[in-house]
Amino acid sequence: MSWTVTAPAVFSAFLSSLVEAVEALTIVLAVGTVRGWRPAGLGTLAGLIVLVLIVLALGPLLDRVPLDLLQLAIGILLLLFGMRWLRKAILRAAGIIARHDETLAYASETAQLRAQASPLRAQLDWVAALASFKAVLLEGLEVVFIVIAVGAGRGLIVPASLGAIAACLLVAAAGLAVHRPLTRVPENTLKFAVGVMLSAFGVFWIGEGLGVAWPGADLAIVAFAGLFLAVGLAGVGLARQPHREALQ
Amino acid sequence: MNELITALAQVAHLFVEDGALALTILGVVILAALFAFGLPDHPLVAGAILLAGCLAALITNVVRARRGPRSA
Repeated sequence: MSWTVTAPAVFSAFLSSLVEAVEALTIVLAVGTVRGWRPAGLGTLAGLIVLVLIVLALGPLLDRVPLDLLQLAIGILLLLFGMRWLRKAILRAAGIIARHDETLAYASETAQLRAQASPLRAQLDWVAALASFKAVLLEGLEVVFIVIAVGAGRGLIVPASLGAIAACLLVAAAGLAVHRPLTRVPENTLKFAVGVMLSAFGVFWIGEGLGVAWPGADLAIVAFAGLFLAVGLAGVGLARQPHREALQ
Repeated sequence: MNELITALAQVAHLFVEDGALALTILGVVILAALFAFGLPDHPLVAGAILLAGCLAALITNVVRARRGPRSA
């Protein structure tokens, strides 16, 4: 198997999972700190179990879909997903929208959980567990989607899964060690890089699904990533320029 | 029921945040597909439209967002 395809797939799965795991960890930590570690742990465990069930249910279905249709469908979703991340990362880098702040997210989540406090102890646990469950499930769904998207069609599900699992374990270990949100992760840079990679994979898969024989075969992904990176950086520069109408 | 709708909306939000960008991407994909089926002997034309269209959609969207209100 070519490293030009395997390495970007593993790298994309690792980086995107790192971002998602950090976001999930922030909420789980907030739940654990404010409402106790038992509901936080139970919610996380339930979320992980549902994710495993989704993967087990989707896995066999993927084998039944014709390859070109699978490449086209996944390519479109990948392009929508990747360009959404890339656009947001460009606008954040240019200062058009605020950067994602894990400390702020943590403070907001803890305030919300405190506000939802109720005299009923049992209900408290359910609300807290549900918050953890939703965070793990939603962020985990993004990880599952990325793993399937970059891995399906080329037999790369296992390497991509290993990249994602490595990232999740790394974040979980860091979370256990510091017991506070991981604020030093350069989230926007990671999102920029992942947006570039996923958009490149998306264009490649859609083309393959439409019967395009890309020059250089798998190497085309690297070239597409370079183009998306160049256009993304140009986008940051353009967005940073003072608006002409505002100067007049 | 409301929880389910909220959850589904959050899943849809994974792919679509800016409706204009999502629609433009889908338009580019449809255009590329039309060229791929219309010119089967020249599949690279469809590929070039796909790649150039996506890059143009991205840069146009970013420039438009800069001109818009600062709450993209």
